Amino acid sequence: MLSKREWAWGYLLIAPMALGLAVFYLWPIAQTLYLSFTESGVFGGYTWVGTANFTELLGDEEVLGALGNTLLYAVLVMAGVPLSIVVAALLNVPGLRGLSVYRTLYFLPVVTMPAAVGLTWRYLFNGDFGAINYLLGEVGIDGPYWVGDPDFAIYAIAIVGIWSTIGYNAVLLLAGLQGIPRPYYEAASIDGAGRLRQFFRITLPLLTPTTFFVVVITMINALQVFDLVYLMVDLKGPALSGSRTIVYLFFEKGFVQNQRGLAAAIAVLLLGLILVLTAIQFRLQKKWVHYE
Amino acid sequence: MRFRLPLAGLLGLAVLAAGCGSSGEPAADGKVTISYAIWDKNDQPSAEKIIAAFQQANPAVTVKLEITPWDQYWTKLQTAASGGAAPDVFWMNSLNVGMYAEGGIIAPLDESKAEGLPEAVVDGYRHDGKLYALPHNVSIPALWYDKKIFDAAGVKYPTADWTWDDVKAAAEKLTDPAKKQFGILAPMWDQGGFYNTMIQAGGHVLSPDRKKSGFDDPASIQGLEFWTGLIKDRVAPVAQVYTDTDPIQLFQSGKYGMYYGGVWFASTYWANPEIRERIDVAPLPKGPAREAVILLGLANAVSAKSEHPQESAAFAEFVSSEPAQKILSASGGGALSARPGTQDGWFEAFPSWHLKETYDASMPHGVPYPATLNTAQWQDVQNKLLAEAWAGRRPVADVAKEIAAQMNEILAKE
Repeated sequence: MLSKREWAWGYLLIAPMALGLAVFYLWPIAQTLYLSFTESGVFGGYTWVGTANFTELLGDEEVLGALGNTLLYAVLVMAGVPLSIVVAALLNVPGLRGLSVYRTLYFLPVVTMPAAVGLTWRYLFNGDFGAINYLLGEVGIDGPYWVGDPDFAIYAIAIVGIWSTIGYNAVLLLAGLQGIPRPYYEAASIDGAGRLRQFFRITLPLLTPTTFFVVVITMINALQVFDLVYLMVDLKGPALSGSRTIVYLFFEKGFVQNQRGLAAAIAVLLLGLILVLTAIQFRLQKKWVHYE
Repeated sequence: MRFRLPLAGLLGLAVLAAGCGSSGEPAADGKVTISYAIWDKNDQPSAEKIIAAFQQANPAVTVKLEITPWDQYWTKLQTAASGGAAPDVFWMNSLNVGMYAEGGIIAPLDESKAEGLPEAVVDGYRHDGKLYALPHNVSIPALWYDKKIFDAAGVKYPTADWTWDDVKAAAEKLTDPAKKQFGILAPMWDQGGFYNTMIQAGGHVLSPDRKKSGFDDPASIQGLEFWTGLIKDRVAPVAQVYTDTDPIQLFQSGKYGMYYGGVWFASTYWANPEIRERIDVAPLPKGPAREAVILLGLANAVSAKSEHPQESAAFAEFVSSEPAQKILSASGGGALSARPGTQDGWFEAFPSWHLKETYDASMPHGVPYPATLNTAQWQDVQNKLLAEAWAGRRPVADVAKEIAAQMNEILAKE
C-alpha cells in the first residue's frame, strides 16, 4: 500500500505534464466543442446556433471532397509503412557498414522544418523547371504538373508524406526488431531456414506489436495533414480541389472566411473520424497482431 | 536547477509579449509612440523616410514601424483587433475596410484630407457615407511586352489604341510551338486580368448597389472567355503552368510575348538587368464596349481603440499628403503614389519604360476594385469555380452562372 505521502509525491511529479495537457489539450478541446455549436462574429463574440454548423457541413460537397482527399492521402501514406519495415530490417542487418550514416539520412526528414521540406519539394515537382520532370524527360516520359494538376496533387503530397515518415517509423520499428530474441533466428537457421524465410516467419510476426503502433500513429498523423498542402499547392489554382484536406478546409473556413463556428465543427468531425477509425484498428488488431 | 531555465525563458517571453502590446500611456516628457503596421517589405525604405519626415515636423511623436508579411498580416491583425490591441495606424485594403468599419475596429477620418486623391480609389474606403482610411498608393494593371519577341516576329509594339483584336492577332503571330514560345500569359487573376476584361466587355462584377453578382451577365462571360479563349487557341500556356511558376517570373524567361501585369512590377523587373532593355509597358487594350482599368489603392486606417487618436490620424493624413507622396515616389519602390502629380520621381526611377504614358492613359478610365462586406467569401467561390473553367473542365458560361448564384446567396446575407 502506498502511503499518503507517496501519493502526494506521485501527483506532484505528474503535475507539470498533466497541467500542460489540461491547458494545451483538454481545455481547447472543450472550447472547440462549445464553439462548434456557435456562430462567431468577425472580431469576437459568439451566438448559440445549435447543430446548424453540422447540418451545413453534411450538405457541403466540399466537405465530402476534403474527406475523400484526406482518406486517400491516409491510405497512400499507410501504404508506405511496409517500406519503413524494409528500411528498418536493412538497417538491422548485423555488421552493416556506415550504419549511422544511413540512420541519419533516413531520420533527417523528421528533424527538418516542414516549411523547408514543402518548399523544396514544390520546386522539385515544378512542371516546367522541376528536377523530377527533367529526370523523367531524360528517359522519355513527359511528366505531369505534379502540384498544379488536381488529379496528381494529392499523390505528389503523399510521396512527400511517405518520404518524411519513413525515418520516424523506421526508428520505432528498429527498436521492435532489436527486441526480437536472437535464439529464434539461431534455431531457424539450424532447421535450415534462409534469410528471407526467417524474415517472413519470425521477423514480421514478432514485429506486429510495433507495426500496429506505427500504423495507428501514421494514420492519425496522416488524417491531420495540413502543412504540406498549404506549402506545396497553389492556393488559388485548380489543384486545390483535388488536394484540399479536412484540416486545410478547417483553416480555410476559420481563418480565411472567418467562419469560426463552422471551422470548430469541422475539427469536431475530424476528432470523431479519428476516434472511430482508431477504434476499428484496435478491434482488427486481434486478427493480425501477435504478442509473444 | 535545470527546470528553472525554461521557466525563466517563459517569464522573459511574457515580458516581451507585454512590451509588444499597444503603446501605453504617454511618457513623462509628453512624448508619445504610435505603431504603424504594413505588409510590404519593398515599402520599408520609403516608409522609414516618411516616418523620419513626420517625426521632424512632430518631435513629440515617435512612429514605430512593424512589418508583417502578407500571408500572416490579416490573420494577425484580426487576432490583435479582437483583443483590442490593433496597431495605431495600419495598412488597409478596400476588400477588408467594410468589415473593419462595421466591426468598430477603425475610426472614421476627416474626408477633406482625401481631396485631390483619385475618386475611384477613395470611394473604396467609404462605408455608410464615412471615410475610414486614407489612400496612399495606387495599383494599375498594364500590358507588359517583350520587345525582343515582337521584333523577331515583326509585330508592331502595343500602343494606347490597341483593342482585344490586336492582342489576339499579335498573340497568334508571337506564338511558336517549336520554341515553346507563347504569345501571351493567361493566368487566372482578377485584379490585373478578368475583372478588367469583364468590365471592358460591358459587363460587371457587382451591381452598382453591390447587392447582386454580375457574373451571369453575358458581357461579363465574354470578358472571361477572352482569357480561356487564349488558352484554347494555344497562344497562352495551360492553367497548370501558372500554378507551378509565378507568372511574374515566367514573363522574365523571354518565352512569352505579352503579360497583363501591374505597373507596380516595375521595381521587380528593374532589378533584373537582363530584361531591363528587353521589355516595355503599355496601357491595357480597349474592350469591345469600353475602356476600363481596375484601380486598387492601399490606404492607412486608424484604430478606433488607439490611445493617441489625434497623433495617429495626423500621421495617416501626413502619409497621403503631397510631401510624403513625393518621398514615396522618389524611393522607386513597389508602389505608385496615390496623389496625382506626385509620381514623377517614380517614373524617373525606371527611365527605360513608358510608365508615365501608361499612367496618364489609364487613370481617366479607372474603375474601383469590386468589394463588399464579405469579399473574401465570394471571391473564394469565384476562384474555386473559375479554376475549373481555366482548366478547360467546364464551359465558362456554366461556371459563371453558378458563381452568380452562389455569390447572390452570400450577398443576400450581408
